[in-house]
Amino acid sequence: MRDWLYEPLSAERFGWMVLSILILLGVLLFLVTYAIYVQRKLLGWMQSRVGPNRVGPYGLLQTIADVLKLLTKESFVPTHADRPLYLLAPIVAFAPAFVVFAVIPLTDRIAFTDIGIGLLFYIGVASLSTLGVIMGGWASNNKWSLIGAMRAAAMMISYEIPLVLAALGVVMLAGSINLVDIVEAQRGVWNVVPQFVGFVIFLIAALAELNRTPFDLTEAESELIAGYQVEYSGFRFAIFMLGEYVYLFAMGALIAILYFGGWLPPHPALDFIPGIVWLVVKTLFFAYLPFWLQATFPRVRIDQLMTFSWKVLMPLALVNIAFTSLVKTIAGGVS
Amino acid sequence: MIRTEEMLLNVGPQHPSTHGVFRVIVKIDGETIVEATPVIGYLHRGTEKLAEDLTYTQIIPYTDRMDYLSAMIGNYALVHAVETLMGLEIPERAEYLRVIAMELNRIASHLVWFGTYLLDIGALTPFLYAFREREKILRLFAELSGARLTYSYMRIGGVKWDVPDDGWLGRVRRFIDDFKGALEEFHTLVTGNEIVQARLKGVGKYDQETAIAYGLTGVNLRSTGVAYDVRKAKPYSIYDRFDFEVPVRTEGDLWARYLLRMAELEQSRRIVEQAVAQFPSGGEIMAKLPKLIRPPAGEVYTSVESPRGELGVYILSEGKPQPYRIHFRRPSFVNLQLLPKLLVGENIANMIAILGSIDIVLGEVDA
Repeated sequence: MRDWLYEPLSAERFGWMVLSILILLGVLLFLVTYAIYVQRKLLGWMQSRVGPNRVGPYGLLQTIADVLKLLTKESFVPTHADRPLYLLAPIVAFAPAFVVFAVIPLTDRIAFTDIGIGLLFYIGVASLSTLGVIMGGWASNNKWSLIGAMRAAAMMISYEIPLVLAALGVVMLAGSINLVDIVEAQRGVWNVVPQFVGFVIFLIAALAELNRTPFDLTEAESELIAGYQVEYSGFRFAIFMLGEYVYLFAMGALIAILYFGGWLPPHPALDFIPGIVWLVVKTLFFAYLPFWLQATFPRVRIDQLMTFSWKVLMPLALVNIAFTSLVKTIAGGVS
Repeated sequence: MIRTEEMLLNVGPQHPSTHGVFRVIVKIDGETIVEATPVIGYLHRGTEKLAEDLTYTQIIPYTDRMDYLSAMIGNYALVHAVETLMGLEIPERAEYLRVIAMELNRIASHLVWFGTYLLDIGALTPFLYAFREREKILRLFAELSGARLTYSYMRIGGVKWDVPDDGWLGRVRRFIDDFKGALEEFHTLVTGNEIVQARLKGVGKYDQETAIAYGLTGVNLRSTGVAYDVRKAKPYSIYDRFDFEVPVRTEGDLWARYLLRMAELEQSRRIVEQAVAQFPSGGEIMAKLPKLIRPPAGEVYTSVESPRGELGVYILSEGKPQPYRIHFRRPSFVNLQLLPKLLVGENIANMIAILGSIDIVLGEVDA
């Protein structure tokens, strides 16, 4: 698959490309549909409720019913909204979450593209989705969504940096920013062991990046009602939500790849289970972790969030980088 | 040069965290509040004026709808004032039933506060845990009075219904025992949480002088170090028979108010426990009274400790079946007056937390 980029484009090849894109889209949409279902079930159990159980057997069709409801709603644009920006915002928020899946290798052989700068591409493109949030918040011409957008901008600046700095530790260990190389470098021991501090920083920053509890400040229902989404309804709201959920899976996959050996089994003896299963299991775990946190934690305050990022996470990430390079230099000197 | 401007933001009356139809217009600079103007009255029904045309017994359902989270205590405040005016002797069994009902209602009311307050600061799960416990109390009340929220259970001279004879007291006893575990669960899930503490400690502070100057009562006053609880200061009903404490803290911040309400849950639990143990085995539940109640001419002011503070009732009687004038001192209304002062300089997240910690019920604020 990955040779496609280097060969001339023929009609047949183009057809295959479109087909694989559609397959990816379909798989992701299916995953998201059931992720929402499982999330609501899990949250329900954690909160001594039963969760959805009305539509279809065990409520399995609940999300589909919800999506249908959203799709059939009136497409509504507020009178004073900045129309082009308002219409564009959900797409800008949603597209990057899908695009990043292109660089995530599913096993050492299956990847949609295997570009040398995989990690950089992921982080660069993923941060674009915040732009959609800011656009949506601004264009709605609503004070609540403006505050939400303001918070989103502030959060992006303060959490992107620790996120990248934490990931640098992994890059230094692997000596590459290609995601396949990063996984291959974990053959001996998963990065979570030598890079534990980095992993914790990355996880926290990722939660903030995903706007999940305890960092769900841009939506903050009890404060900002729904933040940047206040004026969005129906289909556009669904797109925002979809983007958010897909991003959740993308981030889960990235954490699995960077710190938990991607498709590598925990022990070589478990090699008979295909790599893709391992990756999916790990991805799902990290995609569901935020829901667990959501059931447990309250929300932090915006100033506490900033202080935490700049005064705790940033210095820690820098120390982690210094320490990693020190260890690497000493180890390199010995060998 | 970038021009900055203050923004007027209208919070409520449909905002999810204003606990009903409260509205506050805030002027914000970024996220910092420069000025706050509360707007109340969306739920005003003119209870006091309506009461002038009603007999005393007919006023009871109106007290249900003032502080609808603790209707038992609202009922009691009214009947207690009328009984004081008439100098009535209340049968012991009725007094015990009243205390059990009031303290269970205080627990239910504080549970609603606990759940919604944590929703305010962004935690979802405690709300459902709190409502799970509250549901048990509401079931007990439905068995006792037939209603889940607006009980109208108290009557002048006693209570309307006797204990259901299918082991109701046993079920109260069981709830009270189980509730210990639930309280522990709340503390494990919430009180120890670093984020909760970071959000609450040192925020929304005021000192004792301010609290007294604004006439605050209840937890809002006790969080500044004044041990004033009407149940102890001016004992009414049979509260002098029970062993309970008045929790007091001195910090005056959100954290102090949170801990006080949690401590009051435990104290109310203890009162119910003792009341169930001492419950008299027989006796009347209503004093002997004429069909139409005509208190003697004169005036009376009595107050009781509601979950929100001192709930006072003033009655001016001309010896007729209807009061000439009745006034309710509603603690939510009085406590709310401090809000504009507290909000200045805080950000939006703190605004919600401060409003929640005052613990208002809009039915009572607007009456």
